[in-house]
Amino acid sequence: MNPKRTIGDVILEVEDIALSFGGVRALSHVSFGVREHEICSIIGPNGAGKSSMLNVINGVYHPQHGHLVYRGKRIRRMHAHKSARYGIARTFQNIALFKGMSALDNILTGRNLMIKSTFIEQAFYWGRARSEEIAHRRRVEEIVDFLEIESVRKVPVGRLPYGLQKRVELGRALAAEPQVLLLDEPMAGMNVEEKEDMCRFILDVNDEFGTTMVLIEHDMGVVMDLSDHVVVLDYGRKIADGTPEEIRDNQQVIDAYLGVAA
Amino acid sequence: MIYRECGQFKTSYGSDQAIFPIPQDRWGVMLALLIAFMVIPAIANEYWLGVILTPFLILALAALGLNILTGYCGQLSLGSAAFMAVGAFAAYNFELRLPGIPLLLDFVLAGLVAAGVGIIFGIPSLRIKGFYLAVATLAAQFFIEWSLTKFGWFSNYSSSGVITAQKMVILGYDFDTPLRKYLLVLSIVSVLALMAKNLVRSETGRAWMAVRDMDVAAEVIGIRIMKTKLMAFAVSSFYCGVAGALWAFAYLGTVDAQTFDLHRSFQILFMIIVGGMGSILGSFIGAAFIVLMPIFINLSAHALFGNAIRPDLLSNMELIVFGGLIIFFLIVEPLGLARLWQIAKEKLRLWPFPH
Ligand SMILES: Nc1ncnc2c1ncn2[C@@H]1O[C@H](COP(=O)(O)OP(=O)(O)OP(=O)(O)O)[C@@H](O)[C@H]1O
Ligand SMILES: [Mg+2]
Repeated sequence: MNPKRTIGDVILEVEDIALSFGGVRALSHVSFGVREHEICSIIGPNGAGKSSMLNVINGVYHPQHGHLVYRGKRIRRMHAHKSARYGIARTFQNIALFKGMSALDNILTGRNLMIKSTFIEQAFYWGRARSEEIAHRRRVEEIVDFLEIESVRKVPVGRLPYGLQKRVELGRALAAEPQVLLLDEPMAGMNVEEKEDMCRFILDVNDEFGTTMVLIEHDMGVVMDLSDHVVVLDYGRKIADGTPEEIRDNQQVIDAYLGVAA
Repeated sequence: MIYRECGQFKTSYGSDQAIFPIPQDRWGVMLALLIAFMVIPAIANEYWLGVILTPFLILALAALGLNILTGYCGQLSLGSAAFMAVGAFAAYNFELRLPGIPLLLDFVLAGLVAAGVGIIFGIPSLRIKGFYLAVATLAAQFFIEWSLTKFGWFSNYSSSGVITAQKMVILGYDFDTPLRKYLLVLSIVSVLALMAKNLVRSETGRAWMAVRDMDVAAEVIGIRIMKTKLMAFAVSSFYCGVAGALWAFAYLGTVDAQTFDLHRSFQILFMIIVGGMGSILGSFIGAAFIVLMPIFINLSAHALFGNAIRPDLLSNMELIVFGGLIIFFLIVEPLGLARLWQIAKEKLRLWPFPH
């Protein structure tokens, strides 16, 4: 096994997170940990609070209670733009691409934190502005090749089919070379082939770069195949947490979510 | 030679990231510059230079400024003319109070003052969006117009609030004829347009567009929304400010705060609607369209009806055609003439094999 894939210690913990919107309790005192290099899946019925959990982790939502611990650092209030600086990247359930920009530009934007050139250098396309642009473009082309979207790289993403948009969004997240990647239903609405491609991308990234992943997915086949670790949410509460096998045999999970078929 | 992208393999990312990656585009720009700098001065008369082309270029610069803010960064503004006013009055005051200041430095400082004011009036954009932001910029329009009239200091206590721009001299060379003014304006506008093109294709521009298209996602990938929006306000106002200074110095000569009223702001907004949101070229096309259309209507009406047509009817006709076009573009092609041009180019690019 690839040494980078050797699962390490817990690097991300959510502790006692409670989040509500007015009267709606999206999360009630949820705690779990994600270990370095693992693929952790969050599953649960619709409205269980899965997306909200990711939004808490990368600072889009601010929980009323609880905190995060990331690489030993206790974070009471995460801010969205800070999460990127911690090396946490993200894709969204409802694709959140920059619709008017090309696939290339979307992915290039993912590297914004690595840009060192100043605004003035950019206005003159001078010095670092030029060399950086070319260097980043090279990295982005590698991502484009990896995701097999060469043919659409210059098309405004708003005009791409859904499956390709999902890939571009993954590309934008990868461009940041993240330590932790949060994927909100990356395969929703895809056909079998597209799902297989996406699974391959996720596994390859995890394997090659050792990127820690937190994944939300409804397809149990995919979850069982990919995950090292599964967390089950139901009505905002964590009802189970363990290996895929443990989850499959957990009576409470079967009752709440998997049903008899699984 | 036809316009196309296929068949031209780029050998490096450097050349593909160049400012105009497609040679025909590069030649097109060269040709336009050649015509603007060499051909027009040779053939255009003083009327065309001084009354049509110079104001067209200046308005294109202001439209470019607004396009950066609205087209690229997605922040609607109805205050462009007010920032032009700031630029005009600032340039006048720098000349007045720092005699002998180099002209170009004066224009840059005027732009910077406008940028500063732009940042202040951009602060509401951090909280409010769309329609409400437009109303806030409307407040900027009225407030600036009012202060420039109210406080005599800005116009050096001239009784009517009118300022008379100083002579334009660079290194002893007097820009006093319509041709010289045109060439000066053309040079400044070309350089600023090139810089804008560079900005929008680099990280700054991508951040603007990211905030425009999906601000939550932009923040999640590390873009600072506040910095990005205020930067757009600053750069946009800088462009409008320089345009205002040129309006006073190179076009009208004497201006007051009312020269830059709400009507002017709307005119600039219409330019980017017709020309194309989020397009540098569109700013020029839109300005050309709106400056030239009344002339065109006038000429064709006279050709059709002779002198029988009443002038008030004519000006109403302008308004009707204008309103119709705005509605057309808002509904049918929000990306304006520049987009129609781009579609034509895309067709050519793949022609004759569409797939
Ligand atoms: N921004 C918000 N404002 C108000 N309520 C919200 C918001 N976001 C989520 N909720 C509520 O929180 C609860 C959990 O929503 P969440 O999107 O996290 O569920 P989910 O597990 O991702 O569901 P799905 O599988 O449908 O994506 C739901 O009741 C939802 O209506
Ligand atoms: Mg969800």
